[in-house]
Amino acid sequence: MKMTDHKGRPQVAVTGLGIVTSLGKGKSDNWAALTSGKSGIHSITRFPLDHLSTTIAGTVDFLEASDKGAGALTFQLADLAAAEAIEQAGLDGRIDAPLFLASPPVEIDWNARFALHAAGVEGEGCNRLLDAARRAENHDLFPASQFGTIAEQLARKYGVRGLPITLSTACASGATAIQLATEAIRRGECERALAIGADGSATAEALIRFSLLSALSTQNERPEKASKPFSKDRDGFVLAEGGAALVLESLDSALSRGAEILGIIRGCGERADDFHRTRSKPDGSPAIAAVSAAIEDAGMRPDEIGYVNAHGTSTPENDKMEHMSLSAVFGERIRHIPVSSNKSMIGHTLSAAGAVEAVFSILTMREGVIPPTINYDNPDPAIELDVVPNVARQASVSSVLSNSFGFGGQNTCLVMAREPV
Amino acid sequence: MSERDVLITGLGLVTCFGEGPEAHWSAITSGEAEPRLDSTRFAPYTIHPLPEIDWGRQIPKRGDQRQMETWQRLGTYAAGMALDDAGLKGDEEACARMDMIVSAAGGERDVEVDGAILEAARTREDRGVLVNEKLTTELRPTLFLAQLSNLLAGNISIVHKVTGSSHTFMGEEGSSIAAIQTAAARIRSGQSSHVLVGASFQTEHPDMLLGYDLGGFLEREGWRPLWSRDQGKGGGVVTGSAGVFLVLESRARAEARGQKAYAAIRNVVSGYADRPLGGLTAEITRMLADLELPSGPLLAISGASGAHEATTAERDALSAGGDIAVRGIAALFGHVKEAQFPLAVALAALCIANRSAVPPVETGVETLFDGVPERVLATTIGYHRAEGMALLEPA
Repeated sequence: MKMTDHKGRPQVAVTGLGIVTSLGKGKSDNWAALTSGKSGIHSITRFPLDHLSTTIAGTVDFLEASDKGAGALTFQLADLAAAEAIEQAGLDGRIDAPLFLASPPVEIDWNARFALHAAGVEGEGCNRLLDAARRAENHDLFPASQFGTIAEQLARKYGVRGLPITLSTACASGATAIQLATEAIRRGECERALAIGADGSATAEALIRFSLLSALSTQNERPEKASKPFSKDRDGFVLAEGGAALVLESLDSALSRGAEILGIIRGCGERADDFHRTRSKPDGSPAIAAVSAAIEDAGMRPDEIGYVNAHGTSTPENDKMEHMSLSAVFGERIRHIPVSSNKSMIGHTLSAAGAVEAVFSILTMREGVIPPTINYDNPDPAIELDVVPNVARQASVSSVLSNSFGFGGQNTCLVMAREPV
Repeated sequence: MSERDVLITGLGLVTCFGEGPEAHWSAITSGEAEPRLDSTRFAPYTIHPLPEIDWGRQIPKRGDQRQMETWQRLGTYAAGMALDDAGLKGDEEACARMDMIVSAAGGERDVEVDGAILEAARTREDRGVLVNEKLTTELRPTLFLAQLSNLLAGNISIVHKVTGSSHTFMGEEGSSIAAIQTAAARIRSGQSSHVLVGASFQTEHPDMLLGYDLGGFLEREGWRPLWSRDQGKGGGVVTGSAGVFLVLESRARAEARGQKAYAAIRNVVSGYADRPLGGLTAEITRMLADLELPSGPLLAISGASGAHEATTAERDALSAGGDIAVRGIAALFGHVKEAQFPLAVALAALCIANRSAVPPVETGVETLFDGVPERVLATTIGYHRAEGMALLEPA
């Protein structure tokens, strides 16, 4: 077997997968729910809903850290996914390799701010928090104020080698983590890497912020029906939480230690958009360039892609733009390639989405089942796609394109394959 | 020499000493550099504040300026200066193929809105409802975008058209150590031909001070010399605001377009000591060994923060590491967090380019360096975690 790809770089194998979403913990629960078209979206119970125009989300409510704040929950989501992936890879709890963590920018939360404010004696408003910090007898709140904390907790627990990287490319972050890990292996800096995307930041403030940008669905009456990518009456994404981890490894290293090859990361492509902070360039050129770059990086032609795991957020703008970009790259053939959106069931897991959807993409190839786009009852006539409507489909899939697009002009695409070259 | 050597071909610098490489070089080599301080605005803390900046010089559209808070403006401004300095500003073809790695934390929260919520919470039990009520009515949508970590990079794409790739690393000093290390590795492997890398930090905001003092890291009784801060009562760190961006470019690309370089980055190393276990000095010593330092006297531009444990460990490791003349730049610029390592590397590059050392910042503690520095070390030992060093040489 060839250990290198068409550019002479080490082929990058996936040897471990882990996942947590609102559908459950672990691959088997998630896969069973996803392929039966089950939705994880529900009415929010974590915080009061007064004054909010959106009251639904795909929060992960069944973990110990679910009510402990965004930092604690993001860590636990990453931790559970990492443990599952490392175990599957047969690495006995220690990765001994670099970490690339996609996580939300987590600030000190409101509970901590209120507690600090109450402990302050002098000053008003935010200055009183500083007064409380000076008087504090311990530094218990300090870790939550540092952006490197979650990665450090993971690094110490799993034997990460070197300085871990925490990154954000907004809603493309999870895909970027996989890209950076893949590139590090290709450059020969490491034989193996751990890529994680985790996001437990569905707080009231996050919901309000996205609402102010008119990005969220307000179809609160039937939560499980709100996320409806590619439908005519889609009105925004559904905020959600999740975590996913992938153990990536040079094919050579994986085979020589007898690890099972779960899939291959064949190509990564990206292009930044310079048009607007939240809207993409009207001609779709950055997304088109990112899709094309990923396929080119994989050493493939567009007609070799068997399935598209869409970004498919269910916002009017994304789904339209994504359809246009795919049409530009695939031409007429796009109407016959299955294109489905996991977000119809799990919502938009933000910083985790690219990693969550990469895990589902690998499972799609391994299991020979394409998860559906649910809630496809009222197709958008302007979007002619085979969205695998409402019901999962048996199919032999040997390669997947997974798209991730984010605010700030972030466009990152991954091409994954079932078998090495 | 290799076609893929990593050259520094552009510098964008804004600190309390002003803007641009020349202004900084003359300030730090005049021998009379005095720290520029503000001890009243955030008393009892002292900060190194930003100078007056005419934002329009790098961010021409007022609409763009309005979409950003100071942190993003500062970074976008410094990035534009770096592109200008490298002769790449407005070169659409070059910028469209340019990679970008930005180090960032969160942006500035709205102090008025947060303050109003905190004050109202004194008399209300229903705090969850209070947060919803205030945020839904008083938060400005643009401010959310001004707070997103990756939107500094997003603004650089919009204003300067850098669109080859865009990555944002998070996590205090470690984020920019990883950013420069990754950018250099991309060039060395042939993956990138030119990369914009850097950060900005705006300390003039209570949350930015809170991020240090929740850990007890800040000085509270005015400024004192960097290397003796462990003798004071405070935590040792005096912060500053800065925007620092570098254009890194392969030798092949720089030479093909006849672009002069300040210096070459010979090597970048990073570390991640398990500090509670006491391994910091050993980790710094290991990094020095990995850099394969030249024999003889060496000039080091140190990013030491003043934080007691980290600064002591660095001083100990450097003094045991050979004949190293250290310059503690935080004494002049303050600690600029994500921008700390880019600043140390930028100043080291200026020493190489000018074939001259920076005089001691703290006479008596920092030793003289005679002659031309052929190699210059840049260090950043994080105040709490993460360690990095780069060794620079003439291009």
